[in-house]
Order: sequence, then structure tokens, then C-alpha cells
Amino acid sequence: MSLADTARTMGKAIRTLGVVAALTLGTQAIAAAPVAPVAAVAPMVTAPDSGAPAADAVAVTVDKGYYVPMKPTPGKGQPVANGWTFQDQYADTGKEALWMHDVLLMPVIVIISLLVLGLLLVVMAKFNKRANPVASKTSHNTLIEVIWTLVPVLILVVIAVPSIRLLAHQYDPAPKGAVTVKVTGYQWYWGYTYPDNGGFEVVSNMLSHEDALKNGEPSQLAVDNRMVVPVGEPIRIQTIGSDVIHAFAVPSLWFKLDAVPGRINEKVLIINEPGVYYGQCSELCGARHGYMPIAVEALPRDKFEAWVKTQPGGTVGPAAKTAAAPAAPAPVADSAPAAPAA
Amino acid sequence: MATIPANEGFDAHDHAHDHDHDHKPGFFARWFMSTNHKDIGTLYLIFAIFAGIIGGAVSGMMRAELAYPGIQYLGYFAELLGTANPSFDEQLHLWNVLITAHGLIMVFFMVMPAIIGGFGNWFVPLMIGAPDMAFPRMNNVSFWLTFVGFCSLMFSAFMPGGTGQGAGTGWTVYAPLSTSGSVGPAVDFAIFSLHLSGAGSILGAVNFITTIFNMRAPGMTLHKMPLFVWSVLVTAFLLLLALPVLAAAITMLLTDRNFGTTFFDPAGGGDPVLYQHLFWFFGHPEVYIMILPGFGIISQIISTFSKKPVFGYLGMAYAMVAIGVVGFIVWAHHMYTTGLDVNTKMYFTAATMVIAVPTGIKIFSWIATMWGGSLEFKSPMVWAMGFIFLFTVGGVTGVVLANGGIDDNLHDTYYVVAHFHYVLSLGAVFSLFAGFFYWFPKMSGRMHSEFLSHLQFWVFFVGVNLIFFPMHFLGVQGMPRRYPDYAEAFAHWNWVASIGYVIMAASIAIFFINMAYAYLAGKKAPANYWGEGATTLEWTLSSPPPFHQFETLPVIDDAAHAH
Repeated sequence: MSLADTARTMGKAIRTLGVVAALTLGTQAIAAAPVAPVAAVAPMVTAPDSGAPAADAVAVTVDKGYYVPMKPTPGKGQPVANGWTFQDQYADTGKEALWMHDVLLMPVIVIISLLVLGLLLVVMAKFNKRANPVASKTSHNTLIEVIWTLVPVLILVVIAVPSIRLLAHQYDPAPKGAVTVKVTGYQWYWGYTYPDNGGFEVVSNMLSHEDALKNGEPSQLAVDNRMVVPVGEPIRIQTIGSDVIHAFAVPSLWFKLDAVPGRINEKVLIINEPGVYYGQCSELCGARHGYMPIAVEALPRDKFEAWVKTQPGGTVGPAAKTAAAPAAPAPVADSAPAAPAA
Repeated sequence: MATIPANEGFDAHDHAHDHDHDHKPGFFARWFMSTNHKDIGTLYLIFAIFAGIIGGAVSGMMRAELAYPGIQYLGYFAELLGTANPSFDEQLHLWNVLITAHGLIMVFFMVMPAIIGGFGNWFVPLMIGAPDMAFPRMNNVSFWLTFVGFCSLMFSAFMPGGTGQGAGTGWTVYAPLSTSGSVGPAVDFAIFSLHLSGAGSILGAVNFITTIFNMRAPGMTLHKMPLFVWSVLVTAFLLLLALPVLAAAITMLLTDRNFGTTFFDPAGGGDPVLYQHLFWFFGHPEVYIMILPGFGIISQIISTFSKKPVFGYLGMAYAMVAIGVVGFIVWAHHMYTTGLDVNTKMYFTAATMVIAVPTGIKIFSWIATMWGGSLEFKSPMVWAMGFIFLFTVGGVTGVVLANGGIDDNLHDTYYVVAHFHYVLSLGAVFSLFAGFFYWFPKMSGRMHSEFLSHLQFWVFFVGVNLIFFPMHFLGVQGMPRRYPDYAEAFAHWNWVASIGYVIMAASIAIFFINMAYAYLAGKKAPANYWGEGATTLEWTLSSPPPFHQFETLPVIDDAAHAH
């Protein structure tokens, strides 16, 4: 849309204005999302009929020995009972966003609401008919009108500065060599494809209430096959919808990106510590919209690679891309020990 | 302008020997072929109350289902609506039909007909000293298009819509769920209902603009118009500019569905996100369409019961104009997670926050109007003050959501549901009740019970806050909207919200008791029952006003009607 182009241009103009200039200098944080439109969408792996129970897959992965699905930690990566704050954050951009909300936005909006409430109470007490039988006729005061126009402007500028900075950080592009996970939304389950690790697709269906409880996992959130990723390193998440629009969302990682048919959206995600992080589809996608949860399991690189090897056709290291290449250390893992490719 | 030629077909032969201003046509001609702005306004109000009951009942079904985790009632509801032995998918589909119906009914068939069709029709001509609307016959067409649109939406609930009966697309009707994702005529009928009511609203907007620009009484310049008239004028322009975009978008949906076009289908070179741009180019002005006339009503009421002119009249009028203009350039803040690029997101973050400035001007000006006043806490005033506080609470969460980086977590969660219900269900609806109790005796000629109205206010206030405040907690904890079932952790606040619904429903019962009281035992209303603070032209007329008013135009002079 040309209007969207105009908007984009204006966004660029805003970036160059003083508000942001000091903050985004040198960051070049312009992630290209959407990356590229693709014409048609075809699931890479024939997915099981969404109606078919796929719970027995749990048993299959357990049989592989090395990889055992991690038990979720209560209160981590999932909602807590009676909770009324954001979930704890396990990604740096999430922590930054949480700081902005808790330290900047919440005080501002609470103070404004209480100010209005207080003024209403004062007015009720001081200017009711009994206390003030004769109304004044004042209907203008230029000074006060200028003040209540300019003060909100200043408050908004104070909010806008970290807000724009947060956006820039969220759009830091994934570095070369980041693990790519292609997330495909289907009616009504998720598919996680690992093009850097042999191109296998993990099909992820919701566990029934009973199976979830049996696993010690939260009902409505537990899945049979999780999206397993390495911890502490950038993951390039690419989302796409296979039929209608879905949205890949994980609240404890401050991550939400629509999976739209015909386009690939991309964003980087770095998870700070190992754990299981639950999310749910966040764009209305039909009857079982509420029944296609997301579970992300972040593991140290060696365990991640062990998991990859349990997958059909799963490979690690450069071998993953060119089958003939010899074993070599994993490309990105600075901190994690590099496991030789089997 | 002294006579209404539109009625000639029915009563012209009487004119020669009938000088009774209250001569009315027969029942059918009066209510089904009406050209009288007050009768059409009444029709709109009755229609909106009726639609509101249905929309409210739908939300009752949703709150019942959400009271506890698991699926309890959807199967029962599906059977009630005619699906024998509904499958699990059919039950879940019904959930989507409920959320769709609730949204469409409340937006297009409750708030808009009540606040623009009802109060706008009734009081714009009265407040500007006009005998009627500029195009009385078109006014009638507007109402019946809205009515037929509502029927189309109701029919859609009983037609196949893909996985079950009815349109389960959400009120936003996003493609491709609404195109390839929903087979069957239900979605076509739901879309057609938007065409019909949208056409009705466009005709209404043309009517209001023409009336306000051309039919003001001598001496009433634009800058002397009551703020309610200003609010309807701005709203009419928003309708005129925004609704054709919606009409185009949903027409493309229809052709994608039925005639093989691929506007929103990537397989044919289309783009699903284009639909969202078009929808929200309409959809964001739409939320101001719903709230701006409420702003106008609140201004009239605050001024009346403070016995003071509105503080900063010009600032108030042009703040509404500014909100209307800026409302057109912020649409993509509804689409932060669709994959907008970072510059676009920065622009929409900044532009959206700008709206807080004129909105703040309005809030502070209302308080300044009361400051130094001699406040009488009659029922409309109590509703208006409730509006100011609750709208502020809804507004500040809007500032939170405006931040694209924060919205990455809150988008499509219950936080958003809480936000827009605070500004609409608590904002627009409080202004509707405020306006209703302000003008009900003027419209009906009967006084309502002040006690029952105050009682309804407090019960409603407690009820709606119990429903919607906990939704902020659910949202930040991550509960997505449009879900019929949820994780155990969300159970508590959902239960509280459902309790709130019951309290809210009790307050609506009080409302109907109040109406019954007014018609059965209410005192006759004098011309100006609110006293010296009520200075606009409708208070110079009897209650109810004559069938045709201002056959001799009132003259507004500076001294008598200064703002």
C-alpha cells in the first residue's frame, strides 16, 4: 500500500529526528520482516491428520534414550495461578520490554488515573451545590490549556524514547550462522522445520488434559513434540501460515509473530536459560484456535544436537547443509561445547 | 424550511384545516414510513436496545462458558441453536460464532444506532434549531437498511459456516479465514449485513453533514454549535470517509469467496495482510465513531449540571477534529505482529501516542468545567462522571498498547479486550446511559426514577469493573483472546469476570424496571426539567417536543446563547 509506504517514510523521518537519533546511531537495526513473499505454501512434511491423536509420539522420543523431554519448572515459562503481572522474562528484549512496562509505563498510567480520580473527588467535595451554590462563569484560561497540552506531550516523548529503542532492539537481525527454525501454522497444530539441521519437520499437537497432567505439564499448554532450540544463542524464527493466519506467541519470551500464508516473517530470539516456555496461537484461525499451543524447549547446545540426531534426517554442524562435508564444530556455539557430527 | 414536504403523500389534504402541530400520521405510516427525525430516532433507540439485549445475551453465554476451565455449555448452546448432536469442532465453531456476533452486534447494531441514529437524529435538529433532518426520506432508508442488515446477520447464525453453523471469523473478518477458511453462506450473509448497515451509516452521515452545514438557525455559527452537534459532525465525516473503505474490503472478500478473485489469496498474487490494512483503515476511525458522540453528550451533561459553560469550548471542538484526523493515520497499530518492518512500527507507535494529547485536553477540560461550578449529582451527571474516570483508565492502557514493542506481548491477549471494553463498554455505554437519562424525559414526556437510575449506575459500575478489570491481569499473564478454554492458571480471574457479568445483568434489569416505572407512574416532564444549567435549544421545547418543531426558526443572539 502506498499509504503504508508513506507511513514507512515517516517512520524513517522520525528516526532521524532528535528523539531517536541518539539512541539508534550505529545500530542499523532494520530487520527485514517480511523477508520475502513466497507465492504458494506447501507443507514440507505430510502432517498427520489434525484430528488424529498423536500423543504416542512422546513415547517414541523417550525411547531414543539420550533426549528426554525436560520437565517444566512451575511458574517458569507458563502462567501462574491468580497471576496479575507479566510472566517472568527469559530473553533480553523481553527483560527490556518488561522494564519499560513496569518502571516507566505503569507508574505513568497509575499516576494519571489517580490524578483524574483525585480531581473528580476534589470537584465533588468542593464544588457541589451545597458547598458552592453560585457557579463561576470561567470558561477560558489560556495558560492552563497550554500546560495540559504540553505536559502530556513531554510525558509521551519520555515514553517514546525507550519505546523506539526497544523496537530497534527487537528488530536486531539474526547474525550469520544463527540456527533457523521455520514455524508453520496449520489448522490446528504447529510444524517446526530445521533447515540448518537436515530439514526435518517436527509436528506439534496439543496433549489431552489427561496426558498433560500425566506428564506433569499444564493442561491446554502441553504438546507432544516441542520446538527444541539451543539456549543462549540467536535463533532465527521464520513464521508462515499454511492455510489461514496463525500467530506464534510465547509470553515469557516476549515473542509474538503472525504466521501469514504467502509470506515469511522473521525475527531473532535468544533464550537466556534452559527451560520449557509455553505459548498459544494468538490469531483466530478457526474452530480449534484454542487448541494449538506452543512449547519451546531451550537446551544447551550438546543436548540440542543430541535431540536433533533423534529426528529423522537430523544432522548437526556444516554437514547439515552439505552432506559430504566432514565433521566440524558447530558454527555459532561460542559457549557450548561442540559435539562432533555423527 | 417551515414545512416537511415528505409527509404530503399521507396527510397533505389535512393541512388546509389542521393547524395542530402535533398531527401525526397513522401507525403504519408513522413508524414504518417515517420521515420525522424524532420518530426515526426513537426507532433507532428501540432497535439498539433490542440489539443490545441480544449482544449482551451472547456475552452472557461466553461468560458462562468461561466461568470454569473446560468446555461446559457450548454443546448445549449449539443444540439450542439447531445443531443436533454437535461434534467437538461444531461446539468450538459456535464459540467463534458467539465472539463474532457479540462484536458485530455491539459495534454496528447497538452503539452506532443508539448514539448516532438515536441521539444524533433526535437532538441534532433540536439543538441547531432545525425543523427536521435535511433528507427525511433518506433518514428512513438509513434506519431500515440497518434493520435489514441486522436480520442478515441473524440469519447467518443458522447457515453453514465451515466447521459449524454461523460465521466464526471474528468481527474483523480476516482473510483467509473468512475466504477459503469458511465454506458456506454464513460468512456471505454476515458480510452482506455489514454492507447494508454500512450503506445505512453512509446515508446517515451525508444527512447529518448536510443538516448541520445548511439548517442551523439564524445566528448559530459553527462556533456556537453545542458540542454534541460538533461531535456528530466530526463523526459523520469519519463515517463518510471510513465506511467506503470497509465496503471495498468486504466486497473483495465476497468476490474472493464467490467469484474466484484472489485479492487476499497469495496463491493468486494477493495478500492477506492487505485486507488488514483496509479493514483497520476503517476500523480505527470506527472506534472514534463510537466514542466521539459520547464525548459530545458528556460535554452537554457536565456543563448542564455544573451550571457553567463548557471550559475551553473551542479547544474541545477542535480536539475532536484532531482526534478524527489523527484517527485516520494510526491504523496499523492493530497490526504490530503481522510482520511490519521496524520503521513502520516506529511511525505507528509515535503517531498513536499523539492521540493521547487531544484526549487529555478533553478529560482536563471536563474537569475544569466542573471546577468552580455548582454541581448537582442528578443521574446523567453521575453516569458522566463515571464515564470520565473509566474512560481515563481505558485510555491509559491504550498508551501502553500504543508501544509496538510492548504490544508484542499484549497483542491479541485479554489486555486488549480489557482496554477496548474500558473505552467502549465502559466509555461509550456509560455515555449512552448518561445521554439516555439526560434526554429520556424530553423524548418520552415522562420522568424516570432518579433513585433507580442511581442504583443502576452503582450496580453497573461494580459489575462492569469486575468483568473487565481482571482481564488486564489475564492479558499480562498471557491469556489469548477468542479462546473458549484456558489453562488452569487463568481460572480465578475468569471466574471473577463471570461473577461481574451477573451483577452487570442485574443492573440492566434495574434499567428496565426504571423504564416500566417511567411509563406507568412517571411524572409528566416539564420543558426544562434540569433547570438553569440546561441552555441548549431542546430545552425551549415541550417534553416531548411537538411532532414538528421550529416552524418559526429560533434566532440565536450572542447575549442569550454565549459559549
